Amino acid sequence: MNVKKISELFNKELVVINMGLDSFADNLRKEEVKVLPMDWKPPAGGDKRLISLLEKLDA
Amino acid sequence: MKAKIEEANQEAVSRIQRAKPTLIDVSIAGEAIPGMKRNMILHAGPPEPWERMCGPMKGAVIGGMILEGLAKNRQEAEALAASGDILFEPCHHHSSVGPMAGVATWSMPVWVMENRTFGNRAYCTLNEGLGKVLRYGAFSEEVIARLRWMAEDLAPALKKALVRHGPIDMKSMIAQALQMGDEGHNRNRAGTSLFIREIAPDLVMLDESREKIARILAFIHGNDHFFLNLSMPSCKCTVDAAASVEGSSVVTTMARNGTEFGIRVSGLGDRWFTGPAGMVEGLYLPGFSARDAAPDIGDSVITETAGIGGFAMAAAPAIVKFVGGSARDAIRYTQQMYEITVAENDTYRIPTLDFRGTPTGIDLLKVVETGILPAINTGIAHKEPGIGMVGAGLVHPPENCFHDALEVFAEKYGK
Repeated sequence: MNVKKISELFNKELVVINMGLDSFADNLRKEEVKVLPMDWKPPAGGDKRLISLLEKLDA
Repeated sequence: MKAKIEEANQEAVSRIQRAKPTLIDVSIAGEAIPGMKRNMILHAGPPEPWERMCGPMKGAVIGGMILEGLAKNRQEAEALAASGDILFEPCHHHSSVGPMAGVATWSMPVWVMENRTFGNRAYCTLNEGLGKVLRYGAFSEEVIARLRWMAEDLAPALKKALVRHGPIDMKSMIAQALQMGDEGHNRNRAGTSLFIREIAPDLVMLDESREKIARILAFIHGNDHFFLNLSMPSCKCTVDAAASVEGSSVVTTMARNGTEFGIRVSGLGDRWFTGPAGMVEGLYLPGFSARDAAPDIGDSVITETAGIGGFAMAAAPAIVKFVGGSARDAIRYTQQMYEITVAENDTYRIPTLDFRGTPTGIDLLKVVETGILPAINTGIAHKEPGIGMVGAGLVHPPENCFHDALEVFAEKYGK
């Protein structure tokens, strides 16, 4: 059943959600696959000091 | 720890939700505001000595001194301000708020707002209108004459009308204004209209001349921002009830003095965390440009702190004609603010978002984690004293306020 569902999925038009760097999706775009970029940033902009403070609070 | 912070934040936001801001009186600053002194001048934002004040705040201080008879002109006022005989303190240290320069002096009339759930009060001067006005740093004869008329005619009449009417439920009025296209900070056309509708029947019954009453009604009608000085103390007495909840990371004050932007956090008491005030991006009045602008200034960001203003812009798409951007931007600003707040307001609701409650209770931790800064819409003052308003637009706080507050919060409450 799972194989059938997977087959169904790939027989439909594929839309991929891209999380992270926009360049991750470059190859898909070259293949004309629709890509939805997700508005995502690392926590606290990736600032290690701020991340450690948030971790101190279990936030 | 996370659970304790969340519990504390729920308590803080619950106090915001349960607040019942109610207009109970019109008084004068010297009589009503706790700790007010004859030689004291209140100003917007975090503490700011005279020598560091920006142009519009200095202009408003000069005007305030002339109004009080402490000085005859700019030169005398500047000398007195620098002498050390005048006490400068933030409105926020006296249960008060003031738009733009936020200057309040002894004899200025003030709205008295009471939070009927918790009993605390907040105070704010009456709004003078737009353009050449004291709060934007203007202090010409026309500015002083208008302030005198407000103290001698407008405020006493409103006080008597309010006695006839009885206390006015501001929470209901703000909620209604949001249904009518206001957001309570830079769009107050509906709120002003609702206030006139409420008070006019009692105003016209006063033993005053028809000309006097007509001038008062025309003055209020001619100033769409009249309601701002009612929405601000409503928000102030609302969020003050949420201050000093142990363990809470909810932001209970945001305010600017034209030099610095400051925040205070519920679980960190009265301590300010400040950073440089930003430049506002927006629309300018004819003849002015960004070159003329002073940095971000005023206590009016108390509206965003309480969950209206920039946080409720989706309710007020027409505001973009005043502050810039598109109607879609207005909706986007509100939607983004849900990412950094604890709750959705159970009274202030947004028709265009299918009556979703406004994003309420800014969480310091969410601001830092997401990197999303509160969205604020605001007026723009000329950078030099004596000129006044030059535009309006949008601005964000400096992020270091939140980073610095997190350092102290983690020190106090972290593992």
